[in-house]
Amino acid sequence: MTEDEVISELESGMTIGIGGWGSRRKPMSLVRAILRSDLTDLHIVAYGGPDIGILTAAGKCRKVTYGFVSLDSIPLEPHFRAVRQAGAVDFTELDEGAFYLGLMAAAHRVPFYPTRAGLATAMMSENPDLRTVRSPYADGEELVAIPAFEMDVVLIHMNRADAKGNGQFLGPDLYFDDLFAMAGTRTFMSAERIVPTAAFLDEGSVHTLRVPRIHVDGVVEAPMGAHFTECPPDYGRDEVFQRDYAATAKDPDAWARFRADWLELESHEAYTTRLKERGAW
Amino acid sequence: MVSAVDNTEVSLDEICIIALAEAFRGDGEVLCNPMGPVPVIAGRLARATFEPDLMLTDTIAYAVEGNLALGADAGDAVVESYMPFRSIFDQVWSGTRHVVMGASQIDRHGNQNFAAIGEYRKPKAQLLGMRGAPGNLINHATTYWVPNQARAFCERVDVVSGPGYDRIAELPEASRAQFEIRRVVTDLGAYDFEIDDDTSRPPTMRIRSLHPGITVAQAQAASPFELRVTGAVPESRLPTDEELDLIREVFDPDGVRKAEFR
Repeated sequence: MTEDEVISELESGMTIGIGGWGSRRKPMSLVRAILRSDLTDLHIVAYGGPDIGILTAAGKCRKVTYGFVSLDSIPLEPHFRAVRQAGAVDFTELDEGAFYLGLMAAAHRVPFYPTRAGLATAMMSENPDLRTVRSPYADGEELVAIPAFEMDVVLIHMNRADAKGNGQFLGPDLYFDDLFAMAGTRTFMSAERIVPTAAFLDEGSVHTLRVPRIHVDGVVEAPMGAHFTECPPDYGRDEVFQRDYAATAKDPDAWARFRADWLELESHEAYTTRLKERGAW
Repeated sequence: MVSAVDNTEVSLDEICIIALAEAFRGDGEVLCNPMGPVPVIAGRLARATFEPDLMLTDTIAYAVEGNLALGADAGDAVVESYMPFRSIFDQVWSGTRHVVMGASQIDRHGNQNFAAIGEYRKPKAQLLGMRGAPGNLINHATTYWVPNQARAFCERVDVVSGPGYDRIAELPEASRAQFEIRRVVTDLGAYDFEIDDDTSRPPTMRIRSLHPGITVAQAQAASPFELRVTGAVPESRLPTDEELDLIREVFDPDGVRKAEFR
């Protein structure tokens, strides 16, 4: 599939989960495809990085649910920060471990998972929709019930995939992408390269084969598809590009130019061509 | 051991590192998870000296042996276990962890805020958000690193990301069994919540030690709430020559730790 073919499967108003973590292995070619589409009123669910920053700053979201929103080397995502301070988007901010439980509940098709995380904090007092549940056993303890994240579509990015939809991560951390893939009603996966199934073990052990095709509905080959977030061992984070991106949060004209020059190019191919011109690839 | 450094001038950052390292004393075999340069140096120092069983990560995805310098390529380190983020959360919930976090605001009972300043739904300043604070506090020991006490100590936090002793006291025993704010270390001193009788429940912040040259009056002047004093207040311990060598030559030869004190 192409990025635009994935986008044609999406509708305004949908809840969309996005894999990766902060500014790490984000499916950025798909995020940019959402940006240049006419999709709107989205609910994004993510361990947020520039995906949430870009889509909220562009007014694409009615709501975001997140464990955090960070660019890692820049701890506070400046575009998202501006949106939050303007009160411009509805949000549910969870403890980042509790967020994992919401993914797992959805992946396992149970309504919630219990945890103590959130008790006695603003996570509960500021989110009246979050409920507690009492243990049915002798202890009777009251626990936070993290609801399953119901997601219409999930987007993840892997280092390698085969044409059937099996995914492989080659970096140090899978993050939660296997749970995202299971949790989505439909899941689309981009990958740096599509390889023959028999070639998976040329680059990583069997332990890296963590996204099975039964949870994947379409594959997009997107070299540099996570840029400017990191995608090791294929490439690190483009810190120069990320700093340029972050700096545009202060200046609406610079943000409009950056969007036109980079984020709203007509295709991922046009983006990578421009990266080559810039010497960033 | 012959010292390679001049011990005559110990600086504030080094005294704070020792005070933070002391927070890990007695922890034994737990995952020591400090956040930020000064706490990371403190955790690595504690393991290199008096708390050898601590487990530490390279801050990416591996638990590693050895005395890694700040920002060093972990590729050279000996990996003793795999700790991707999912595993870190599993460690949190297992309770076998001691974290060091920051606090933009903290009150007398240890309620901490690094989520947002002002109104939560439309803040004056969006900060880190909840991050892992709610889960950390209720599952295992937490220490706070506050490089500017006068700015952070407050009467009331705007948003509770990490609960303090008063809020935790309202929970049943099973929910709060693992809760502990071990220490609050600032530019002026080290504080704890230890009590010797039940009259001060829920516990409030107590002066444990003050850094050299700081008086109780000065510490109190940098806090809008009353700091508890029990008996004579000791001076924060100075680093040994071995500790100074480790801080200056091994963990942080580039002086990254100084940036938090400017």
